[in-house]
Amino acid sequence: MALVEVSGLKPFSEPTGQFFGTRQTHLVDRPNHYSFGTSIQEFAVPVGEEPSGFLKSCNKDGGVCIDMNHGTTTLAFKFRHGVIVAVDSRASAGRYLASNDVNKVIEINPYLLGTMSGSAADCQYWERLLAKECRLYRLRNNHRISVAAASKLLCNMMLGYKGMGLSVGSMVCGWDKEGPGLYYVDENGTRLSGRMFSTGCGNGYAYGVVDSGYREDMTVEEAYELGCRGIAHATHRDAYSGGVVNMYHMQEDGWIKVCKEDVSQLIHRYKEGMF
Amino acid sequence: MEYLIGIQGPDYVLVAADNVAASSIIQMKHDYDKMFKLSEKILLLCVGEAGDTVQFAEYIQKNVQLYKMRNGYELSPSAAANFTRKNLADYLRSRTPYHVNLLLAGYDESDGPGLFYMDYMASLAKAPFAAHGYGAFLTLSIMDRYYRPDLTRDEAMDLLKKCIEELSRRFILNLPSFNVRLIDKDGIHDMQKITLGTK
Repeated sequence: MALVEVSGLKPFSEPTGQFFGTRQTHLVDRPNHYSFGTSIQEFAVPVGEEPSGFLKSCNKDGGVCIDMNHGTTTLAFKFRHGVIVAVDSRASAGRYLASNDVNKVIEINPYLLGTMSGSAADCQYWERLLAKECRLYRLRNNHRISVAAASKLLCNMMLGYKGMGLSVGSMVCGWDKEGPGLYYVDENGTRLSGRMFSTGCGNGYAYGVVDSGYREDMTVEEAYELGCRGIAHATHRDAYSGGVVNMYHMQEDGWIKVCKEDVSQLIHRYKEGMF
Repeated sequence: MEYLIGIQGPDYVLVAADNVAASSIIQMKHDYDKMFKLSEKILLLCVGEAGDTVQFAEYIQKNVQLYKMRNGYELSPSAAANFTRKNLADYLRSRTPYHVNLLLAGYDESDGPGLFYMDYMASLAKAPFAAHGYGAFLTLSIMDRYYRPDLTRDEAMDLLKKCIEELSRRFILNLPSFNVRLIDKDGIHDMQKITLGTK
């Protein structure tokens, strides 16, 4: 009976329903509607005031200092030999540096990666949930989920809570039957397929560097260098990005972790050649 | 920021939309298609709030397809437009209104070509020509001046190009390329994309 819950099947006979107790055993399989352990299916919104209004009031002027972890640069681009994903590793809470060593890439499965920018809590939670849904898909359908479908699942999760103060800017990258895939998903429910995206407050700087240095027929080494450059220059200019560059390369047979380079070392190395 | 335009002729409708998907000051995509094919002869052009556009347009698209599956024949453009407007109106005073502006263009066997203008307040108007976005301020008067009900396809294309050139001349934002499609009794035809060099 353990697999019944996982596989999402409705139990056939009512007696088994009574066997499990008076709790509802109707298993609703809609990834954008979470019951969070409530006994009947209901939209589980926090009790009290509207969340986004409440969060807006929790700033310095309101006398309370709750700042969510924000501030990032992440980038990803497709090229001839796959997809390069590069992220920084800084988590800031207002002006306080919470951590310089956060992993902003979630390894969903050996063929899917998700990046995180915006609110750290939101990204970590929802992408972990996406990983669960991808795993369930694989178990139920006996083939791996496509990148388009995985990004659509995340997009629908975001739409389920639209307007409630989520802050998620994520890129879903993978390699499926269609080839390399790259999708951008954010908390408004925007879902875009593209060749290159950058998210976070340092995204403008990263766009500048990567757009000027990009060629479709780059070698793998050149692509690694471009990814590092993008993040390094963005962290140099943006106060809320920094730490290390975590870089992944999505190839046909799965992703590999390329490197974890300290940004300050990189910048010194680049400046050697400049002046 | 976004721009939609439609021109109805005697036996066709010509529509165009810009290709930019933007997020605050950044162009995230340069080749984004804002037209949704509802059926063989109906296109829905949709702009507005991020997330709402795709969500609403796909919802209408799937429902039009469902109607065809259930009943064996397709909705007419006028029926599809009214269905869309009804959905906008129903959601308008709900907790989740859709902030989208639409142009619906289609060809009906008995009524001929039709262009329908809808906006986020759930208004609906059948019009010979229409535009959405800031660009509409610059181009509606051009269409007022040069439109005739008996425009040939080439003349309509020229009128469309005139409007887009005006945008590149006076509009503060850069809209480098536009998707163009034409609907007539033979269905939806992709026309050549209009790309402008920076002036």
